[in-house]
Amino acid sequence: MAERLLAYRHLFAAQIRSQTQYRASFAMDLASSAGFAVMDVLSVLVLFRMTPALGGFGAAEVFLMAALAMVGFAIADLIVGNVERLGVYVRTGLLDAVLIRPLGVLPQLIAIDFAPRRIGRVAQSLLALAVGFTVVDVDWTPSRVTMALLAPVTGVVLFSGLFVAGATLAFWWIESGEFANAFTYGGRDFTLYPVSVYSGWFRRLFAYGLGLAFVSYYPVLVLLGRPDPLGAPEFLAWLGPPVAAGVAVGAGLLWRTGLRHYRGTGS
Amino acid sequence: MAELAIEVRGLRKEFTVRRKVGRLRRQRQTVAAVAGVDLSIERGELVGYIGPNGAGKSTTLKMLTGILYPTAGEISVCGMQPVPQRARLARRIGVVFGQRSALWWDLPLRESFDLLRHVHRVPSAEHATRLATCRRLLDLEGFLDIPVRQLSLGQRMRGELTAALLHNPEVLFLDEPTIGLDVVSRQAVRAFLAELAMRGDTTILLTTHDLADIERLCRRLVVIDRGRVVHDGSLEDLHARYGSRRRIVVDLDEPVAGGLDVPGASIESVTAEGRRITYTLHRGTAGQVVARLARLGSLRDVSVVEPDIEDVVARLYTSGSV
Repeated sequence: MAERLLAYRHLFAAQIRSQTQYRASFAMDLASSAGFAVMDVLSVLVLFRMTPALGGFGAAEVFLMAALAMVGFAIADLIVGNVERLGVYVRTGLLDAVLIRPLGVLPQLIAIDFAPRRIGRVAQSLLALAVGFTVVDVDWTPSRVTMALLAPVTGVVLFSGLFVAGATLAFWWIESGEFANAFTYGGRDFTLYPVSVYSGWFRRLFAYGLGLAFVSYYPVLVLLGRPDPLGAPEFLAWLGPPVAAGVAVGAGLLWRTGLRHYRGTGS
Repeated sequence: MAELAIEVRGLRKEFTVRRKVGRLRRQRQTVAAVAGVDLSIERGELVGYIGPNGAGKSTTLKMLTGILYPTAGEISVCGMQPVPQRARLARRIGVVFGQRSALWWDLPLRESFDLLRHVHRVPSAEHATRLATCRRLLDLEGFLDIPVRQLSLGQRMRGELTAALLHNPEVLFLDEPTIGLDVVSRQAVRAFLAELAMRGDTTILLTTHDLADIERLCRRLVVIDRGRVVHDGSLEDLHARYGSRRRIVVDLDEPVAGGLDVPGASIESVTAEGRRITYTLHRGTAGQVVARLARLGSLRDVSVVEPDIEDVVARLYTSGSV
């Protein structure tokens, strides 16, 4: 096991060395992706120039929610976000080269496509979260501290699961990238706002079907000590980690099935 | 079973393709790329796996290496099932795809080798010894520090071969390793494989379109067409079975009117206004033909043409069902 991890670490380091071969473009990437994270969170606040409350929540509360969502998404994106390149590997047959190495396919893809520029986004979102906790008045109790720590982890696991599941579609449908984005990037955007602003099938699918309510909405309710305006019992918020684990396991199973459907390309 | 490096029974791979019929309608169709292949390869054998484009060669190789999941049939490579035991098997086989790279595009060749050492968990002393051998035999000295993307195809292919061998695989799969190479690189690769085969501790399965590769390297040929094995035997067997004969081409000073028939040989063609006659030998010898013709007139030139694998394979490829 330790030897295996060492092998992944070497693949990882090789990817970073490869990236730094193109220094100028790396610097550009780093700068631009860092800028975007700030914009995403700040764009939420723009809405509050028009309305004092969104789905029953004030600007500071929604800011905390958005920051929490961004932390989960940015870390998941840093770690496994690059599996979305699977479509390229499937189309070009480069996956063959990955399959002939004595290592797991998913961890290899994660290591060989690791994009260090995404670290910028993680840093920014963590900063936003720190700000979020200062602008919102949280009455800290042990259970709220626990929730503050569990929520980002739940977000990371859940978004990672969505990234993997979305990428897996490429085994059946090579041009599935945009469709998958609707659930990964779309899922991120969904979690920036309180679930109570959405309605109908859209809310049911994203909040409960994909479990995205557990990323930022329920945790913030617990942190604020507020009941759910939609009527969910408080204990539901604590189901976040098992739900995220379920999504991750489901994504893993889907991945294994997908791999069996890999068709390769000619010669 | 213990003696066999590769054993395949009733191997099939079907793909579903959608074909356009009419303006919008698509028809689903199941196509068998590999349609029931049986194959047994002993340890240390070098087998040429040949066939026309689309015959199912690469698909077979991909199933043997655990890349593709077979639709039906049983496979055992080094006593393991390729797909369920893919990662374990990968440590005991080497794979070279002529049209793909297993190297790190942006890093120097040397670093790719070093990475593979960690990937395959090869002790550094062993790695150093094998790398030194490959450096010598494949002449890697000049380009070890150049990023792979800047290598010529011939240099890259020598790198790929080294990469596939550094973990000392028991079985080596080569999918068109000489494709697109210049004559010198082709010969270097061929000589290297011949040496590897001669040492006898690596089993090699090679697909190629290069007939010189086949003649030089493969004592045993498995010919596949439309997903089925149509020949499994030596090159000589292939010649015997598909009726490739030696030919003798005779140039005469003057055309002769008749009496050209020679027992044991048949006339294939008479060209150059009757001055060039081509015989196909059945039972007779070249000497008999020459002796007979010498009596008819003066000979300018005589040449014996050995049976050409190219013809046999071309005939195999075009005949479809043989």
